[in-house]
Amino acid sequence: MSTLTKPNTEGKQGTATVEKVSGSKALLEILIKEGVDTIFGYPGGAIMPVYDVLYQYQEKLNHILVRHEQCSVHAAQGYARVSGKPGIVFATSGPGATNLVTGLADAMIDSTPIVCITGQVFAQLLGTDAFQETDVINVTVPVTKWNYQVTDAEEIPAVLAKAFFIAKSGRPGPVLIDITKNAQTQLFEFGQYEKCEHIRSYRPKPFVRKEYIKDAADMINSAKKPLVIFGQGVILGNAEAEFKKFIEKAGLPAAWTILGLSALDSDHPLNVGMLGMHGNYAPNVMTNECDVLIAVGMRFDDRVTGRLDKYAKQAKVIHLDIDPSEIDKNVKADVPVWGDCKETLPLLTKLVDKKEHKEWVQRFKDLAVEENEKCINKELNPATEVLSMGEVIKLINEKTKGETVIVTDVGQHQMVACRYAKFKRSKSNITSGGLGTMGFGFPAAVGAKLGAPEREVVAVVGDGGFQMTLQELGTVMQNNIPVKILVLNNDYLGMVRQWQELFMEKRYSFTLIKSPDFVKLANSYNIDAERVSSRDQLDAGVEKMLSHKGPFLLEVKVGKENNVFPMVPQGCSVSEIRLS
Amino acid sequence: MKQEYTITVYTEDRVGILGRISTIFSRRKINIEYLNTAPSEVPGIHRFTIVIQETEEAVTKLVKQIEKQVEVLKAYAHKDDEIIWEEMGLYKVSSESITEKVKVERLLHQFGARAIAIRKDYVVFEATGHHEEIDRVIRFFEPYGLIEFVRGARVAIIKESTGFHDKVKEFEREQPTENFEITDVPEDQSVFSL
Repeated sequence: MSTLTKPNTEGKQGTATVEKVSGSKALLEILIKEGVDTIFGYPGGAIMPVYDVLYQYQEKLNHILVRHEQCSVHAAQGYARVSGKPGIVFATSGPGATNLVTGLADAMIDSTPIVCITGQVFAQLLGTDAFQETDVINVTVPVTKWNYQVTDAEEIPAVLAKAFFIAKSGRPGPVLIDITKNAQTQLFEFGQYEKCEHIRSYRPKPFVRKEYIKDAADMINSAKKPLVIFGQGVILGNAEAEFKKFIEKAGLPAAWTILGLSALDSDHPLNVGMLGMHGNYAPNVMTNECDVLIAVGMRFDDRVTGRLDKYAKQAKVIHLDIDPSEIDKNVKADVPVWGDCKETLPLLTKLVDKKEHKEWVQRFKDLAVEENEKCINKELNPATEVLSMGEVIKLINEKTKGETVIVTDVGQHQMVACRYAKFKRSKSNITSGGLGTMGFGFPAAVGAKLGAPEREVVAVVGDGGFQMTLQELGTVMQNNIPVKILVLNNDYLGMVRQWQELFMEKRYSFTLIKSPDFVKLANSYNIDAERVSSRDQLDAGVEKMLSHKGPFLLEVKVGKENNVFPMVPQGCSVSEIRLS
Repeated sequence: MKQEYTITVYTEDRVGILGRISTIFSRRKINIEYLNTAPSEVPGIHRFTIVIQETEEAVTKLVKQIEKQVEVLKAYAHKDDEIIWEEMGLYKVSSESITEKVKVERLLHQFGARAIAIRKDYVVFEATGHHEEIDRVIRFFEPYGLIEFVRGARVAIIKESTGFHDKVKEFEREQPTENFEITDVPEDQSVFSL
């Protein structure tokens, strides 16, 4: 408590007394002042006072009733990732709050700004095992950037101001504020709301050390075979333009992590593709050949690095990151460049020489040709009768010209979509990267559509993941959210099946999964739907989905035992990537 | 190679911060040997002293993870030769055995112990020192029937530290300055995150 200052109501002019408002009303007023327009939530006993006031705020705050609290966080994540604004979640105490945990964990590991408000039992009942009481603060410690329990309405303005500041600033993340029921109804003098801009114990942006910028520039200038690898930091820092200038000036080939996807145009001549386990051939192989590796806003996840002791050992590493704890965490940096890449990239660009590494970049192109012949061509233009996931994505590329927001779930379809989808705009690819949360895709797409109503949003999901959160069809129906759902159905939990095929002698242990009739299911929610099972229907099916005015579900039956290649098998080095 | 590190953490005085810090260790299956938390010399700021056995690399990463917590101002890790530290032991011994058998003078002089409570049935002694010194007093009492023993967590003063008052002023600035940001850890130097 000692760190929270109560709003200063002294020194107000005149004798007018400040109007007393309830904690709930103050909360909603604060949300409006913070620029919130959409809330994803689900009511329940301990948050009813907030919902009661929300009834009067329906004009200003668009509340979307989800069908499960986990999906309220995923929807808020989709909203946040596409708009750059924090996603807002309301849930009740106990089961409402515990259902948030998966979403929070996903948002935490993927650095997504979320502000969750949970109701809690009356303060005097805390610790008594009251009805729907869960110790949500302790439950959510590892999956939140910050959390706080409010037991007195007077705390609400300062705590909410902190919550928004912490969620959005520095490396963003989810914040949870638990408000006891008594504080929701308690009347207090609200006064002026002041946004938080500084917390003494919290340094969102590290001090940029010029000497390291200089060291990094020198290293880049003397490099013969430089490679840039970038992640979501470029998008979170709104530094897409700065990033492009940097690589263009120094002539640096750049490869992306799946969360960095769409920060750089897919067709940019220096875009050399995707990193990691199912990434492109060239960037994986060349990671172990480059002389200087420049990591920008990425965290060297194990799915990106493969076997660490054989990862880029020959290279000098420059690491740009806003989070000091990421430097040296997985890969030792020779030059650490702490800071927001929005600030550090222009400083670096100024010092790097204008160059073209023609021969070096050409080697990426040569390897891409090899990958195309041995792998990509088969996926995008299959000679077999069965449909491939890749040809569906290719068709979407052709029809939408890279302007669509693609939201994926987790598994084979995710890797295929991320590998082959083409993007012209940033914040266009939304996926569960770090946590790999099956069931993420569809609710996240619902949120993304609300965060960018003017854009086409396609949820690309598998038959397994979709069945984890398909109850959100109800949310789509009730709010008529024109999101497109593309189910790539291979009748298997495909990624696990692929591993079983490759590494466990085809022992398909519980990966065969039956699905309902997705078309009938969508129809029962008044959502138009169609199924495509052969190539001659595909073009018309995709066209129908994209041109449909409202929500639409398209199920495409794809090859049951198709595999995603290339692949860096677990425990192998990135340069041991397999093309088949 | 694992060795003993004393981690000093300055935090805001807030409910729940202990939990946030302890999960950083437990998540990585690192056992905390000693934990002391108490108000620091600066009002409103708590000081944690945490002792663990770990490698230098692991400790460096831990310190960064601790500092990443919103309500942590600063965290440092030190090897034993970089700090002055003490532990305390309290020993309850039967009055009868003490008065009859123990050479109390030896106890007081050799171990620097002192009696802090004398009752008809028991006497409480206090000793401070390093872990082994506290242990030696236990062994001394054992033959005479040690009724109860408690060890206080390590407290440590950092040899190089100039205190925390000035640092708090830096934190209160809206913009960070050069004086006060994370520096990297040169391989040949001690782990010092400031």
